[in-house]
Amino acid sequence: MVVDANSSFFQWVIYIIQNYWPLFLRGAEVTLIISLTGTIIGFTIGILIGIIRTIPIDNNTHILKRAVYKVVNVLLLIYIEVFRGTPMIVQAMVVFYGVAMIWGIHLTTFVAGIFIVSINTGAYMAEIVRGGIISIDKGQFEAAHAIGMTHAQTMAYIVLPQAIRNILPALSNEFVINIKDTSVLNVIGVTELFFQSKSAAGNNYRYFEVFLITCLVYLVMTFTVTRILRYFEKRLEGPDVYTIHGSQTVPEAEIKIVGRQ
Amino acid sequence: MEKIIEVCHLQKFFGENEVLKDINFSVSKGEVVCIIGSSGSGKSTLLRCLNLLEQPTSGEILYHGQNILEHDMSNAVYRAKMGMVFQQFNLFNNLSVLENCTVGQIKVLKRNLQEAKKTAMEYLELVGMSGFIDARPHQISGGQKQRVAIARALSMEPEALLFDEPTSALDPEMVGEVLKVMKSLAGSGLTMLVVTHEMSFARDVAHRVVFMDGGIIAEEDTPDVIFNNPKNERTRIFLKRILDN
Ligand SMILES: Nc1ncnc2c1ncn2[C@@H]1O[C@H](COP(=O)(O)OP(=O)(O)OP(=O)(O)O)[C@@H](O)[C@H]1O
Ligand SMILES: [Mg+2]
Repeated sequence: MVVDANSSFFQWVIYIIQNYWPLFLRGAEVTLIISLTGTIIGFTIGILIGIIRTIPIDNNTHILKRAVYKVVNVLLLIYIEVFRGTPMIVQAMVVFYGVAMIWGIHLTTFVAGIFIVSINTGAYMAEIVRGGIISIDKGQFEAAHAIGMTHAQTMAYIVLPQAIRNILPALSNEFVINIKDTSVLNVIGVTELFFQSKSAAGNNYRYFEVFLITCLVYLVMTFTVTRILRYFEKRLEGPDVYTIHGSQTVPEAEIKIVGRQ
Repeated sequence: MEKIIEVCHLQKFFGENEVLKDINFSVSKGEVVCIIGSSGSGKSTLLRCLNLLEQPTSGEILYHGQNILEHDMSNAVYRAKMGMVFQQFNLFNNLSVLENCTVGQIKVLKRNLQEAKKTAMEYLELVGMSGFIDARPHQISGGQKQRVAIARALSMEPEALLFDEPTSALDPEMVGEVLKVMKSLAGSGLTMLVVTHEMSFARDVAHRVVFMDGGIIAEEDTPDVIFNNPKNERTRIFLKRILDN
């Protein structure tokens, strides 16, 4: 197919799809990989910080431990405030060029992209995880402590599983935001979807057509991811039916009960 | 009789508020002690101090003669020996009924899964909940939850079981099933310390009744004396008010 300045809008769209689909695909792939990896690493950072920030400290805690905790807490708070209070596009510039200038480390743009999305997501997730932990009923902690679990065991086996389940919607949300927001990484030359679209558009001087397609690709990604995550959230809620096991009198009796709330 | 717990001059402040004032008492092996008293008299606080859910301000808690407030014994080890049953059940919401009864055995007592399940099933059977091992806490009734909570505590094979108003959050028709379980436990020789408003339970089951008032133990005696012939005027007033209802 040949197109020129007089070709219609649809002809251009078809032309661009035919000639540039591998570019879109590679862009979408990079976008997905960076946003997925960044979300997972950011989530991990968030959990670690959330756990640290909810360690119970009282007057019985050793003074040295309390001091260390105070310092760590302040550092974490600075991290959270800085990364939540500045745009990711600026963070990308500062981190990418700063790391090169100060430490002489030249990250590939791909690695830099994952790094930036991770620490950015970490700052948001840290507060979400902390909220998730705090919102768990105090009775859950007390019951765990009462059977002799340490704070670490209580967190690992009782509190975090509940907290994480409660914050899954926020995590999905963060992933979707990251799919969209990785587009800012084009300023440091990450070859994600927006960057690829820009070059396709520039080659042909066709911005509207190209970015309309880009729009659609983003929408397909975010929509699909949202559905998939919603499915898993549902699955994690567990079955709403359980089986009553046979009593001694009627060993084969198995009654299904629909769960009540 | 061998004393399991002995409390000496126990004092607890919440800020300026002195909630426990010089508490002295002890629990012997196999004893069932009921703690009664009006709201705010410090019953829960006393029980929670015994399980170290609250840190006493001063005084001693001797466990087999050893002061647990001096840090030569790990809090976790001691707590595993003192089972606790809460008014609000506090079953672990992320775990099934069976897992609620095995998680402590596996993580704290380091039992293997097989052994833990066997022990859990024994006690779930005892409280009549062995049919519900796959249910989640939100799928069973309050009375059932409390029975599972008792099985969870028993699965740790504690030396004594502390109950904090175990039937107060239950609908009236479910109180009986929980009291029945508690009665049979008392009959089996388990050491029990029960904060309760169920006066008939205290009268029928307790070996000793402790009446608390304003952060002190105002009177402590056999149920017969406490209910029929109390020596303290405040005990008399409290019981009259309760029993008139
Ligand atoms: N964590 C806390 N912080 C401050 N004050 C508290 C705390 N827990 C209890 N108190 C206070 O201590 C006093 C005794 O409370 P406690 O719960 O021990 O009473 P109780 O005898 O168990 O009463 P009830 O029959 O209502 O359960 C009350 O005045 C209460 O307000
Ligand atoms: Mg109470």
